[in-house]
Amino acid sequence: MSSVTIADFTEGADKSRFAEAFRRYPTVVVGAFVLVVMVIIALIAPLISIDPVKFNPIDRLNKPFTEFLFGTDHLGRDIFSRTVHGGRVSLVIGFSVALLASILGLFVGLVSGYVRAVDAVLMRIMDGLMAIPEILLAIALIAVTGATIQNVIIAITVPEVPRVARLVRSIVLSIREQPYVEAAVSIGTRTPKIILRHVLPNTMAPLLVQATYVCASAVITEALLGFIGAGTPPEIPSWGNVMAEGRRFFQLAPWIIFFPGIFLATTVLAVNIIGDGLRDMLDPRLARQMK
Amino acid sequence: MGVVAIFVFFILHLAPGDPAAVIAGNYAMPEDIVRIRTQLGLDKPLHEQLVTWLIRVMQGDLGDSIFSDMPVTTLISQRLEPTLWLAISSILIAVVIAVPLGVLAAARAGSWLDHAVMVFAVFGFSVPVFIIAYALMYGFSVELKIFPVQGFVSITEGFLPFLRSITLPSLSLGLLYAALIARITRASLLRVLEDDYIRTAHAKGQSEGKVLCLHALKNAAVPIITVIGIGFSLLIGGVVVTESVFNIPGLGRLVVDSVLQRDYPVIQGIILMFSAVYVIVNLLVDISYTFFDPRIRY
Repeated sequence: MSSVTIADFTEGADKSRFAEAFRRYPTVVVGAFVLVVMVIIALIAPLISIDPVKFNPIDRLNKPFTEFLFGTDHLGRDIFSRTVHGGRVSLVIGFSVALLASILGLFVGLVSGYVRAVDAVLMRIMDGLMAIPEILLAIALIAVTGATIQNVIIAITVPEVPRVARLVRSIVLSIREQPYVEAAVSIGTRTPKIILRHVLPNTMAPLLVQATYVCASAVITEALLGFIGAGTPPEIPSWGNVMAEGRRFFQLAPWIIFFPGIFLATTVLAVNIIGDGLRDMLDPRLARQMK
Repeated sequence: MGVVAIFVFFILHLAPGDPAAVIAGNYAMPEDIVRIRTQLGLDKPLHEQLVTWLIRVMQGDLGDSIFSDMPVTTLISQRLEPTLWLAISSILIAVVIAVPLGVLAAARAGSWLDHAVMVFAVFGFSVPVFIIAYALMYGFSVELKIFPVQGFVSITEGFLPFLRSITLPSLSLGLLYAALIARITRASLLRVLEDDYIRTAHAKGQSEGKVLCLHALKNAAVPIITVIGIGFSLLIGGVVVTESVFNIPGLGRLVVDSVLQRDYPVIQGIILMFSAVYVIVNLLVDISYTFFDPRIRY
């Protein structure tokens, strides 16, 4: 009698579930794979590359695919190292902004959806924030707080919060009119419990989708900020400021901009694809409308 | 708009550092700093300063630049022309590319053309403006030498040079915007195409082009116009970056330079102006709904 363990079953189930997921949502799996690869590259950056800020005047502006895989910049710094190290900063900023904006947006959205008294005030503030173009608001915040990674994260988060808050608020407003919430109220369930048990779970799926879009846009905004010189300080390479330093040498050495750019675009593309796929998975009705 | 103004005011005044000390410089005497502070009205309570500032803004006075001592309004109007042209041509390019693409994709839903448009839309949304800009610059200016690499030529110095200098910037900015619009055009049109009156139009023998452009597109217009309005914020962000890439002396460059110099009144003024434009554009968008959908009334 062959021994069949539970592990065998679950392994089989996992495999078929993965195959099933891949069949139904191939783009999500590909996107997730690309993102995981990017995260792994960022994590093992110190192992596969040399010091990204080490000057090496002899090897200035080397062409790519020679001794240096991605070439070197005007100070002889290795672009490959700068790209993979920059990925760490850019990804950390992307994920932190997504997380922070979701939490703050969720909080503001829940409060203004449930407490009518503060709703008008909160929403006017949110409208005001939304009226300022995202990048300009971020630029202004960084101009007054100074460029550190922390401040960049905050500066990108602030413009994203109203967008999340509006989404959460609209969901809350529709959920609280549902018969099951009415039923819960009528049997005397306390408001905090209703929010926790009924309202919160319903906001999760759209929030997750929104968070992926926020993440994608945060990575781009970080790059734009770095690019115009208002982002992370130059001694910490991020995709944005590595490219920013390549600007002056663009005609001589386009690779300084192109390699981080390709990494950046690939990552954002992956995150966007995951977002689109998640939306289709979690909300088939909306997906049909969008298709 | 009022909220924006107050918000912008507080950003400036919560900024660390004393503007009076900055203006007076490193070798100023304490009494000089006090004098400048009084001169600028910075010794008054915060709410009083806010009111004075708001009144001045409403009179169209945005204050003076810390560095050049020129009124912010003058600085803005000097830099307005390139930015205006860039924005207009980008929107034009975006709409001209995106709407037909979206219509075609919706009409041939599921075909290779449809897929191609969707891929273009996702790509356009994921690739930052400046990477598109540099790719175009590398291809057309550095390699092919068709367009100038950088710079801006005013329209008063001849139409052709002007056109040559603005083509690549507005193309790179327009592509991003086009991706957004194409996607919504397709989605909105697909929804409309399921409606009964489309079937009726087909049934009475109307040609497909007419059905698409006359019946469907007009009814699908509201979401498209909305996105054009929302995307305006994207456009403004893109203007800042594109102007830096192509070295165009517009408002975007002014913002960047002011940030690097910490010239707060200028930053304040430009943000206020861009926000006002954004609000006005979206107001126009709201008003235009009544044209495309007479059921909407205000």
